[in-house]
Amino acid sequence: MSAARYTRPAVLLHWLIALGVLGMFPLGIYMADLALSPTKLKLYSYHKWAGVTIFTLVLVRVLWRLRHTPPPLPSSQSPLQQRMAHMGHTLLYVFMLAAPITGWLMSSAYGFTTVWFGVLPLPDLLDKNEALGDVLKLVHRYLNYTFIALVAGHIGAALKHQWIDRDGTLARMSFIRQE
Amino acid sequence: MKRWIALLMLSLAASLAHAVEYGGLVPDQSRIEFTSRQMGVPVEGAFHKYTATVSFDPQKPEAGSARIEINVASIDAGSRDANDEVKGRGWFNVKQFPTATFVAEGPGNVRALGGNRYEARGKMSIKGTTREVIVPFAFKTEGANAVLEGSIPILRTQYGIGEGAWSDTSVVADEVPIRFRLVLSPKN
Repeated sequence: MSAARYTRPAVLLHWLIALGVLGMFPLGIYMADLALSPTKLKLYSYHKWAGVTIFTLVLVRVLWRLRHTPPPLPSSQSPLQQRMAHMGHTLLYVFMLAAPITGWLMSSAYGFTTVWFGVLPLPDLLDKNEALGDVLKLVHRYLNYTFIALVAGHIGAALKHQWIDRDGTLARMSFIRQE
Repeated sequence: MKRWIALLMLSLAASLAHAVEYGGLVPDQSRIEFTSRQMGVPVEGAFHKYTATVSFDPQKPEAGSARIEINVASIDAGSRDANDEVKGRGWFNVKQFPTATFVAEGPGNVRALGGNRYEARGKMSIKGTTREVIVPFAFKTEGANAVLEGSIPILRTQYGIGEGAWSDTSVVADEVPIRFRLVLSPKN
């Protein structure tokens, strides 16, 4: 069955962001509990630079998504399954936006301006307030734990459709036309 | 004749008024701040406790002198993590070197640069290292008080501030500009 696919830019953005997000989860978890060291400062900066980069990609992706309707889900999926899929995808978008924004807020509250690649300073969203920074750190942490669970569910669902249902869902996000 | 005397008295009084000598520090209006640059990110810091004995008469700048003693442990390096870290041996080692000083004493150490600009040559001692530095500053009056403002870039590695892994200046920049605003009350 040759199902309709997402547009090429949508596919490219999906996989770039997937790569970014899957790298950021372990990096974020690893670096958060390190004792202060030059390595920690470097990793935090890389994390923020990557976060801003991914955030930019997500914004482009959201704009693209608003102008391009995705291909329909396979008709073999029940209406409930389709509704669940849409809900899951909407939530993924929410988390893709909320993860970098809470990170940015947290960094601002701690008094650290985010400077993209050490060159381009982003505006501080909040005045320095370490107590608020502590709260936002928790928010950023647990929001991303939830995000990880959601991404795991997303991957699990994609694999189930690919290997168990064999309904061509994953092929919609492929670069290559599949027969 | 009386008029001339009055005028003379007046001008004398005016010149005396200019020759006020300033001494005591007004701590709550004074500031010693610095900016460290970490991975390209400017981070604001400050020293909160210091004493300053400054004698300065803008009419006779060359007679001026200054002795500033900073309680290094009063540092705010921008975050709690950093505040714990910079007191340690690799940074300021505050246990062994609790005080950083700037001393410009003796005649001729302060000179006028024109306008309200001056510079003080003195000895900066941080963490057991003493270096001769020139500190440019501007002088102005605010009410009865004098305000000395200026900044001086310190190269932290010259004083061994941030040793070992921290000596990597691509992570924490070598140059740390220190800005000061010292408000002095008139000496009686």
